[in-house]
Amino acid sequence: MSLDKLRSLYKAVILDHAQMPRNYGQLTDFSHETTVYNPSCGDKIHLTILIENNKIKKIAFNGEGCTISKASASMMTDLVKGKSIKEAIELSQLFSNLAANKKSDTLKLEQLGDAQVLVNIMQFPARIKCATLAWWGLDRALLGKEKEEEND
Amino acid sequence: MAKLNTEKIKQDFPIFNQKINDETLVYLDNAATSQIPKFVEEKVRDFNEKERANVHRGVHALGLRATNQYESSRQKVANFIGANNAKEVIFTSGCTDSLNLVAASFGEQNIQAGDEILVSIMEHHSNLLPWQQLAKRKQAKLNFIEINSDGLLDIENLKSKISSKTKIVALTHVSNVLGTINPIKELTDLAHEKGAIVVVDGAQAVGHFPIDVAELNVDFYAFSGHKMFAPTGIGVLYGKKDLLDKMPPYRLGGEMIANVTREGATWAEVPYKFEAGTPNIAGAIGLGAAIDYLQSLDFELIQKHEQELTSYALEKLKNVLGLTIYGPQKSNGRIGVISFNLKNIHPHDLATALDLDGIEVRAGHHCAQPLMASLNTESTVRASLSIYNTKDDIDKLVSSLHEAKEFFSEFR
Ligand SMILES: Cc1ncc(COP(=O)(O)O)c(C=O)c1O
Repeated sequence: MSLDKLRSLYKAVILDHAQMPRNYGQLTDFSHETTVYNPSCGDKIHLTILIENNKIKKIAFNGEGCTISKASASMMTDLVKGKSIKEAIELSQLFSNLAANKKSDTLKLEQLGDAQVLVNIMQFPARIKCATLAWWGLDRALLGKEKEEEND
Repeated sequence: MAKLNTEKIKQDFPIFNQKINDETLVYLDNAATSQIPKFVEEKVRDFNEKERANVHRGVHALGLRATNQYESSRQKVANFIGANNAKEVIFTSGCTDSLNLVAASFGEQNIQAGDEILVSIMEHHSNLLPWQQLAKRKQAKLNFIEINSDGLLDIENLKSKISSKTKIVALTHVSNVLGTINPIKELTDLAHEKGAIVVVDGAQAVGHFPIDVAELNVDFYAFSGHKMFAPTGIGVLYGKKDLLDKMPPYRLGGEMIANVTREGATWAEVPYKFEAGTPNIAGAIGLGAAIDYLQSLDFELIQKHEQELTSYALEKLKNVLGLTIYGPQKSNGRIGVISFNLKNIHPHDLATALDLDGIEVRAGHHCAQPLMASLNTESTVRASLSIYNTKDDIDKLVSSLHEAKEFFSEFR
């Protein structure tokens, strides 16, 4: 097996987040909520967020997901906790630029902390959605699209 | 004993002349789409280079040749699936299109409030959603036939759910997740007794064993070309002629009319009534060529090969500790579509690991989310076999699974 290649995607820090996800669960006391699905595999992430004074006071996620989507959700929640809504949305933009392989300056990228390691995801195009799912959920929750509409 | 010559067959498929992720390609995603033999590609190219023209329109020589080829493909399909009449063969863009046609035309015309539509829990979304939404529009009821713990259709459950209220039974011939072959003949007898018509999704059946729609006595039978060595974008809907004759057209436009005035129009005969617009002519010719290719191989040998390989794969996979196979555990009554999960490894992660070894499998819900729910999972890994697969492919899959398992367990 191409273990080296496998390791380049599944870095230790990613496996660590996936094994012991931070902020896993569901807040009982929240102001924002959303569920997002990865339609290609059925994975889902449910986010609950408590916003006070324009700041993310608490955030939690649960749901079903692969290593990449779980790790990404864990890293995302860790990173945006305590940030203002504006800062969180900026981080989300930064992350999608990273996933879309757009240039961002390295100084800015450092703001992404652990989540930077997901940069290798670009070599695995089939897995980009796994990494961006949690961030997409964050956008939806903060921008007020609370629920997936059912078309019926 | 005669055997399928897989080595020679592999050489018929140019896709295998390359490395994937620097490894030899092991293609195990045939249920999603099969590969295309050079022979079929050449027939399509010949058409485009020598006879390309629109069909049923031109009075010129090329138009005539194109039309002849297109219609001879229709005849080939009819012979291949045992249709009594080539007019019962409608070319569509694929299985999904075929099933939508039946729901939009026959369904819209015949379903009323209070009627019931019966599907199975193992349907692909393309044989579920057209019925689910039709039922909603018409205030009809959608019922599900369940499966038993062996992954087989629960016939008792079917009998308890079918009644004189049932107007349509829509069932897959072979499950694209479990590999189960459903007893279509038994079902059509039961359904017809109650006055229901039977729509069969043959996407996973055609090309793996002989189909005889007349003998099965199904009312509609849908399938795609790309899962049986033909190009993408071509499919078939077989329908009994007396039913097709009474159905309204599904799409409107060129090629499907008898006469048009300012105020109205009359429709062409079947199958043209259902083939509005310029059809996928090259695709239809490719489908005809794929049938020629399949017939050059002998179905008995194909079946024997695929069954032996399925049996081998099931045995090998069962020996992988922590691996769960969904669906029938033995190779009889099923085809080589094998879904499984490895304990504590998400299917996506597993599929990525296999991919790095050049082994292409599918991971996900396989467009069968209600089935996933009834199997208590979100998704599975699926390996699906075809004529060019070998025991060596299975061995590589299994050894790659072992290594992936080891890799991911290091972090536990
Ligand atoms: C059982 C079954 N039905 C229908 C389809 C839909 O086929 P297509 O996408 O070619 O229209 C598929 C293929 O994915 C299938 O496996």
